[in-house]
Amino acid sequence: MTEQGPPPIFLERRSYRRRRMMDALRLLPVVGVLLWLLPMFWPKASDGPAAPAPLAMSDAIVYVFCVWVALIAGGAALWWALRPPNGDGPEDPAREDR
Amino acid sequence: MASINQLVAVSLGYVAFLFAIAFFAERAAVRGRGGWLRSPLVYTLSLSIYCTAWTFYGAVGYAARSGMEFVTIYLGPSLVMIGWWWALRKLVRIGRVHRATSVADLISARYGKSNLLASVVTVMAVIGVTPYIALQLQSVTLSLSIFSPPETAGSLNQFQAAFWVAFGLAIFTVLFGTRNLNANERHDGVVIAIAVEAVVKLVALLAVGIFVVWGIAGGIGPMMDRIDSSPIGEWNMDRSRWVALTALSAAAFLALPRMFQVMVVENEDERHLQIASWAFPLYLMLMSLFVVPIAVIGLDLLPAGSNPDLFVLTVPLAEGRVGLATLSFLGGFSSATSMVIVATLALSTMVSNHVVMPVWLNARAEGAQVSGDVRDVVILSRRASILMIIGLGYLYYRFSGGGAALAAIGLISFVGVAQFLPAMFGGIFWRGATRWGALAGLLVGFAVWVFCSLLPSFGPGTVLSVATFDGGLWGLGWLRPQALFGIEGIDPTVHAVVWSLTLNITAFVAVSLVTFPDPLERLQGAQFVNVFDHSTQARGWDAALATSEDLMIMSQRILGADEAQRLFRAEANRQGMPGQLPEPTQGFLQHLERELAASVGAATAHAMISQLVGGASVSVQDLMAVADESAQILEYSNQLEAKSAELTQTAGKLREANEKLTALSVQKDAFLSQISHELRTPMTSIRSFSEILRDTEGLGQVEKTKYASIIHGEAIRLTRLLDDLLDLSVLENGQVNLNLETGKLGDVLEQAVMATQAGPSGALTIRRRHVNEGVMLSTDLDRLSQVFINLISNAQKYCDADAPRLDIDVRDGAGRTEVAFHDNGTPIAAEAHALIFEKFARLNDQDGSGAGLGLAICREIMTRLGGDITYHAEAAGNTFVVHLPAQAA
Repeated sequence: MTEQGPPPIFLERRSYRRRRMMDALRLLPVVGVLLWLLPMFWPKASDGPAAPAPLAMSDAIVYVFCVWVALIAGGAALWWALRPPNGDGPEDPAREDR
Repeated sequence: MASINQLVAVSLGYVAFLFAIAFFAERAAVRGRGGWLRSPLVYTLSLSIYCTAWTFYGAVGYAARSGMEFVTIYLGPSLVMIGWWWALRKLVRIGRVHRATSVADLISARYGKSNLLASVVTVMAVIGVTPYIALQLQSVTLSLSIFSPPETAGSLNQFQAAFWVAFGLAIFTVLFGTRNLNANERHDGVVIAIAVEAVVKLVALLAVGIFVVWGIAGGIGPMMDRIDSSPIGEWNMDRSRWVALTALSAAAFLALPRMFQVMVVENEDERHLQIASWAFPLYLMLMSLFVVPIAVIGLDLLPAGSNPDLFVLTVPLAEGRVGLATLSFLGGFSSATSMVIVATLALSTMVSNHVVMPVWLNARAEGAQVSGDVRDVVILSRRASILMIIGLGYLYYRFSGGGAALAAIGLISFVGVAQFLPAMFGGIFWRGATRWGALAGLLVGFAVWVFCSLLPSFGPGTVLSVATFDGGLWGLGWLRPQALFGIEGIDPTVHAVVWSLTLNITAFVAVSLVTFPDPLERLQGAQFVNVFDHSTQARGWDAALATSEDLMIMSQRILGADEAQRLFRAEANRQGMPGQLPEPTQGFLQHLERELAASVGAATAHAMISQLVGGASVSVQDLMAVADESAQILEYSNQLEAKSAELTQTAGKLREANEKLTALSVQKDAFLSQISHELRTPMTSIRSFSEILRDTEGLGQVEKTKYASIIHGEAIRLTRLLDDLLDLSVLENGQVNLNLETGKLGDVLEQAVMATQAGPSGALTIRRRHVNEGVMLSTDLDRLSQVFINLISNAQKYCDADAPRLDIDVRDGAGRTEVAFHDNGTPIAAEAHALIFEKFARLNDQDGSGAGLGLAICREIMTRLGGDITYHAEAAGNTFVVHLPAQAA
């Protein structure tokens, strides 16, 4: 049975960067949810004549797809950054739970 | 117009191509060259079975009716994939560690391998997914009918076409889906076929989209203008639907049996999930990119009243692009077939493992110990399940008449399977979730779904009467299917989603809180929730009761002879007895159970092994024993360590004792030889002189007196020696009786000096400082005096200075009194310091008057009195210090 000391409080720069990127990975879906919740507040056609003019469909499409592309790009970038150094190493960034 | 026959020929060719690809993939996998089959790309593409014909045709129809609402169906899964770290990672790990074969298997395994739960989930899944399969059949026949010329509309019998499509799909699924029994082994043929279909449907939809945007509208800018001026050109989204549908699609993505099949069961490597986490959203994004443009152009070009669900086909056809339309048809065909194949595969595994097999096993009295090959039975039951499920889909299509809009059926199905989610997530994140809680949640959610979503979908007056719609079930106003608890005005889909999931979760949590899980359930719960902490095995079998032969026979029936023999051989080698049957150890039984579970499901495997092993269940004592095991091992090792240290210590002590004994033995020999020598010298002289006195004639009186004196002197010496020896022996044995008196130190010294100077003493000068001599002592004064006398007489005898002098100095301080005897003789050699207090230690043998016992006696006396005597070498002379006992001072 190996005795392990308490985990170190401060990490070297690379591990620190890696952990923060794991944080970013975890936050990415939250950002996605918030951005895609925004259309809830857009003015719409059936709000009545007093309401502001409804959003044009083309703008709505551009917004939704831009968020989509940004999330995909973010996910891909984080995956790229968090890849284990060698392609088939057993290391799994997801295991770093701390 | 392409003739319907050409289209059928193209379809058949495409199907033959898929069969060939599946066949070669299987063969490559068997030959071990299937590495490329397990790439992240194939995994991502296989996830695309989420995009069914509902996506391919329905999304455009959906957009034509409700604008951007269609996109919610893809936003949910995108968010789930982007957030893979939160839920999917755990789900995939659990699925792999516990070798789950389906959603039902996962839920049943989590809740103590309960078959009741598994069969409930299975039945719900079949009811929820069958309409969806019908929907796929409908879409294929509907798309075929578009191509048939209007004047010969009767020539295409839709029901007949649907039948043949269903038949073909059933053949494919049976051929490639049940090739290997072990559901945990990848169905390489199926996976590669759906990957190819994924590419086909994406290419088809993108081709139609590009044609529409650049070929018809003339670029992005004009397209956007046309969108804004179309009937759906303004944002008109029901806010509650936007949120509810996104959440619903996310939930369904996780809970759909077919998604579980490709995402978890067919997952080869957890790292593939990381790549799919962004690659699959990319796929979904591309699939929905051109949906609105196609819908807008369709609304624009085609006559009012055209079915918007088929714009993907009818727009190219209206423009005369038959080739594009054919590609588009193949895309839709791919979407439908891949979904049916995987959904059927997933459902048939569930039906076979959780309904057919348990019933079959129970129906046979001998249970698991049946004769014959269970393997055949399992495969047969799985094939029968496939036929049954596709048959049910066909029947549903046949009797529903294929009326309702596609998207509506899709959403209803989604709400149905979303009911699994609380039990699933509760199971993997909350250890307190219990079997009864899960069952209650599932049943309540299912009931609400049937009442609020499934039955109303047939329309008022069909299954549910108009009175029920308006007045509620049994006339209870709060039980209206689209206004539960009297809350009106909610969108029906949102209503069904919110109420079914809310009541589901409420029942699940509430019942879980008040019920108590059995030990196996608790153990499984801990293993599921903490799957990343430990991948330890479940414990449960009392191995002593099972015989290896029985297990071997049973395993052969389920896994097949080769596989079972390989498994047992590997285990026997591991146990270090190759060539024999392995011992049925705990670990082996657990391993075997998992292997079997991959074929027949956790609950059945558990039941089969328990029939052989006996009614083994995990008691709390067992669990505690497991928990204690490591603690015990730790304690034992600590004990061993302590014992070993103790032994080392003892050995050291023994060695020390041995050395001491050896030294003592040497000392004893030396003592004996010394004492015989000491005794012999005076005896020899006594004998010689007594012989002279006896034998010599004519001795003069003077001589006679002289010789007699010598004899007398030697006799006295002998007596003194013997007295000393006796004294020492008495002191050493501790038999001395101390005669405690109180007196002044000065008096004792005085007495000693007087005694030594009484005899014929030499010229020793004794100098005393009387400063501290007034100290009162309470000790054996006679013995103390003996020590002083000894020291003084030693000085008298051995001080070789010209003017021998002895300084007696009493030091009194720090609670201790010391008497120092300092002479000015030659210092004792350094090597003799350690010896001077030993018996018979005589430093210079030239003078035979002492026996060498004096200092030894002094030390013994001082030890007895509680003090000590030490020697200090000085530059000129010797100092003996008598340390008087503290309490005596």
